[in-house]
Amino acid sequence: MSILLFAESQKGKLKKGSIELSSYGFVLAKQQNTTFKIVTVNCEDADQLANYGASKLINLKLSTKHFEAHAYATALAEIATKEDSKIILISSSADAKYMGGILAGKLQAGYVTNVVGLPVTNDPLTVKRSVFSNKAFANTTLDGAINIIGLSNNVHEEISQDSSTTVEQQDVQTTSKCTQTSLEQSEGKATIADADVVVSGGRGLKGPENWGLIEDLADVLGAATACSKPVSDMGWRPHSEHVGQTGKPVATNLYIAVGISGAIQHLAGVNASKIKVVINTDPEAPFFKAADYGIVGDAFEVLPKLTEKLKARA
Amino acid sequence: MKIFFIFVFHLFLMKILVCISCVPDTTSKINFKENDTVFDDQGVQFVINPNDEFGLTRAIWFKEKLGASVDVLHVGQASADPTLRKALAIGADKAIRIDTPALDAFVVADQISNYLQDNPYDLIIAGRESIDYNGSMVPGLVGAKSDIAFVNTCVQLEIDGSTATATREMDGGMEILNVDLPLIIGSQKGLVEETDLRIPNMRGIMQARQKPLEVVSAVESQAKSAIQNFEKPVPKAAVKLIPADDIDQLIDLLQNEAKVL
Ligand SMILES: Cc1cc2nc3c(=O)[nH]c(=O)nc-3n(C[C@H](O)[C@H](O)[C@H](O)COP(=O)(O)OP(=O)(O)OC[C@H]3O[C@@H](n4cnc5c(N)ncnc54)[C@H](O)[C@@H]3O)c2cc1C
Ligand SMILES: Nc1ncnc2c1ncn2[C@@H]1O[C@H](COP(=O)(O)O)[C@@H](O)[C@H]1O
Repeated sequence: MSILLFAESQKGKLKKGSIELSSYGFVLAKQQNTTFKIVTVNCEDADQLANYGASKLINLKLSTKHFEAHAYATALAEIATKEDSKIILISSSADAKYMGGILAGKLQAGYVTNVVGLPVTNDPLTVKRSVFSNKAFANTTLDGAINIIGLSNNVHEEISQDSSTTVEQQDVQTTSKCTQTSLEQSEGKATIADADVVVSGGRGLKGPENWGLIEDLADVLGAATACSKPVSDMGWRPHSEHVGQTGKPVATNLYIAVGISGAIQHLAGVNASKIKVVINTDPEAPFFKAADYGIVGDAFEVLPKLTEKLKARA
Repeated sequence: MKIFFIFVFHLFLMKILVCISCVPDTTSKINFKENDTVFDDQGVQFVINPNDEFGLTRAIWFKEKLGASVDVLHVGQASADPTLRKALAIGADKAIRIDTPALDAFVVADQISNYLQDNPYDLIIAGRESIDYNGSMVPGLVGAKSDIAFVNTCVQLEIDGSTATATREMDGGMEILNVDLPLIIGSQKGLVEETDLRIPNMRGIMQARQKPLEVVSAVESQAKSAIQNFEKPVPKAAVKLIPADDIDQLIDLLQNEAKVL
């Protein structure tokens, strides 16, 4: 038996979250008294993961060049069977969540997503996962012959280990169910999914022409930009920036909300962030109740000053 | 002649199934009972899962623009029937409820896949995730179990004959995929505009009463996970307010206290 961990990469480079996932894998393997192995796909810098305690690193060369959920799930299912893996670890990225269900279906595995830490008990395998859009947690027992754990972002520390990890290459032929005809991906820009900081604007910014204030602050912080639902509904910003219960979830280190009132649906989607800063003219705005730090003030005055000072500091 | 009709019928009338999860309205207070082992539904209003509602709205658009039949399916108990009636009032033709407690995503996916075996559809629409248990699991499981292509986080969908063009939103980008039907998608906001969502009108509600709501018995299926108990997040400490003219203090706190800069 072993634990298998899928470390994602993009354009051949490991994604940031793979270090956190590997660190989690090491501790879990110790608790489960077993070894863990890391699988990467079409990854050029997989050896970066050689210091996280895995017994083996398997780099698959897949004939599909870009991420394709069905092909990846097929390949991973094969490796998991070959390696006799009883637990499979994946992240909570959009790709991992896309692939996870297909993989679980193929392996007839138990599967839970949004897991927020190490198991509550190891026998039976019980994990704590976030439910009701972060309004609660559910301690959930998995009793598949194989089980898949989808780990949330930012829930485990990154710890490297001296390890004797062997690296292995494998070629895999796969077929796809879907043909990609176009791909648009922002280059080098932080995304809401993996940025350390997200700067988010609401209706308080009055109009799309003022978004430069949000973007300038995001730029100095290397942050991703986001917005509240009405802002995307009105077309001020693209739908892909809408965060909240019905938009993208945010689980980042620092979430800065500007001109957002803090409606229950908005909070539900961003509450998993560690530190929340709120800038709002209305001291009664509900968001202040959910925030760690707050400034009662006008975004049009506070933002330029904040950006300026952060720039001077950098 | 008859065969010809069946052929024509099949050629033009796309069959769409929308999988509906019934969830607490987004404003609901979430509470538990029986020693935090059971969700307390007292005073909670249940609605069509928002992600499913976007999908249902797109399905009805297909029905009106291309010609299609739209069925909605729920795995669960009779308490969901009013929600299914709402889907009928918005424009679905038929509702099916597979009568069994939705113990976990596996049970739900098993039931849906089994139903699909005898009742094939060209397009199956589910939501990216249900906003109650946030599993994001059912459509992928159904895709794998039924060996149907699956596209998740779908924000645009066009159908041309027997192929679909689906736009998938991913972290930091979009991709456009060509897929042969049958297809299952995980729908979300963007698939239709917010303003396209429909509120049932009187006529729709009256019609919905006449439309079929079939209750189908479930097949044997084993859950692979079980919730032991629920916990609420620990209450937050009060916010630290910083004067608007003391930005330095905010930066200092973020750097030295919160350690996030
Ligand atoms: C089913 C459903 C699902 C929903 N899902 C989501 C979701 O996923 N995400 C989401 O965000 N919303 C969601 N909503 C909408 C939510 O209820 C709120 O309407 C929305 O979040 C409000 O957006 P806002 O805070 O930008 O705007 P408002 O509520 O209008 O707030 C604007 C804020 O800006 C402040 N302000 C004004 N001027 C300034 C200034 N110069 N400087 C600083 N502050 C200023 C105001 O004091 C106010 O607090 C959902 C609603 C429903 C019914
Ligand atoms: N009990 C159910 N009956 C029918 N469809 C469901 C049910 N539960 C979930 N689904 C579908 O699967 C999607 C994803 O749900 P989940 O995997 O629970 O996040 C939902 O948006 C629905 O379309």
